[in-house]
Amino acid sequence: MTRYFSEDHEWIEVEGDLGTVGITDYAQGQLGDITFVEVPAEGASVSKGDSVSVVDSVKAASDVYTPVSGTIAAVNEALVDQPELVNTEAETGGWLFRVTLSDAAELGTLMDEAAYKSYVDSL
Amino acid sequence: MSEYPVTDEDGLEPIEILTLPLDAWHRGKGGRMVEFAGYHMPVQYEGIMAEHLWTRENAGLFDVSHMGQVYVSSDDGITPAVEAALEAALPIDLATLKIGAPRYSLLLDEEGGILDDLMVTRWKTGFYLVVNGATKWDDIGTLRELLPDDVTINHLEDNALLALQGPKAFAALERHAKSEYPLSALTFMKGGQFTLGGVDAWISRSGYTGEDGFEIAIPGESAAMVADLLCGEPEVKPIGLGARDSLRLEAGLPLYGHDLSPETSVIDADLKFAVNKRRRTEGGFPGSDRVLKDFAEGTARKRIGLVIEGRMAAREGAKVFSGDQEVGIVTSGGFSPSLQQPIAMAYVDTALTAEGTALTIEMRGKQLPAKVAAMPFVPHRYHR
Repeated sequence: MTRYFSEDHEWIEVEGDLGTVGITDYAQGQLGDITFVEVPAEGASVSKGDSVSVVDSVKAASDVYTPVSGTIAAVNEALVDQPELVNTEAETGGWLFRVTLSDAAELGTLMDEAAYKSYVDSL
Repeated sequence: MSEYPVTDEDGLEPIEILTLPLDAWHRGKGGRMVEFAGYHMPVQYEGIMAEHLWTRENAGLFDVSHMGQVYVSSDDGITPAVEAALEAALPIDLATLKIGAPRYSLLLDEEGGILDDLMVTRWKTGFYLVVNGATKWDDIGTLRELLPDDVTINHLEDNALLALQGPKAFAALERHAKSEYPLSALTFMKGGQFTLGGVDAWISRSGYTGEDGFEIAIPGESAAMVADLLCGEPEVKPIGLGARDSLRLEAGLPLYGHDLSPETSVIDADLKFAVNKRRRTEGGFPGSDRVLKDFAEGTARKRIGLVIEGRMAAREGAKVFSGDQEVGIVTSGGFSPSLQQPIAMAYVDTALTAEGTALTIEMRGKQLPAKVAAMPFVPHRYHR
């Protein structure tokens, strides 16, 4: 299992050709209290960089982009009643959706954990 | 991930971002600073939701020093000429404006569009105005044009302005506010001269959260001392502008630059009370022809409150529909921490403003069911 990060503050954890996607702990901290999460439709085809999900905070709404192309395999139903999971468990239970990767080579354009940490420190 | 902007100040920011007296104080308290009305201001400390609910149950200290404090006076004191000049500039009745009692008023353009909303207080020697931060430079220019040259307009730039809001604000402030009369002499919309930690402070029982509370004008160099004094009380925490916005939305109070603008007028903004009774018949203020006509005939649209089904919030700019017909636009919207549901203010066709009217809001391609609701969404708790 390997975890990658995007400059737009998404994380993706990949096992075989299945990736689980969420927003990073840094991102949830910037957004503040999450009050609603709009997840993509299961089975939808998505391309890397597409806005596929939206997280609503008290203050504002923010797009979430898929870090890879593929097909939406699952969405986190727990977020319907507990959107605050994105705050409390951003990089675990607060995941947003799972995507079946169509091009694993895209992972090469993402950062590893150490690179993402220095990227955030530079912001 | 990218964030939609919600605090656009319509390009009114000066190019240089300025620093207010409590800048370092906020940073020291862990405030997250954002650019707002041309200044760095704290949007939140521990989180908007927690700060909002703290204020509703305890007391929150807000720094609103970005707002403009203006003193209008004449060498001769408050003469009939000064009163006449100010009445020609604002739809206010100064004959009924008692010393030390702030009153809500509006700065209008010649077409009756709203240039700003403001508080006017008669002091012994002149009038003290508090105007919005983003508009204060324009307001001063407008007042300069409207008032005769022998009326002096002083921008009290060295003053800070704090707002202590919430049901426990009185208890916390009473321990420090000294005067010849007790703090309890102030009821809602009354003010007086006090000292706080030995510093002169103008305190009025007012605010923009719907809660009991006070606004406190002090010299900027004493602001950190006074803020420390108040936050040393167990009821008081510093609160950011994020919660100020959600509190005022729940209180049904319009915000300039969002719910009020030159495109909105007195009647459609539902601010009849800001045009004092005598002025409704006499007129004689900027835009009074339009305002008096609107009083007589009504307007095509009106500012209303909406409660929204589900949890997706409607945001400023979202279109409002009745069936397939576009009937209005959202001017403020967000998730209500007190009610745990999304609420919004919108302008809609007057025929559709009855409480309970079912409408839909289009948001990111989705249709959100909404109902017209009475405002305030959360009852006011002013100490009258």
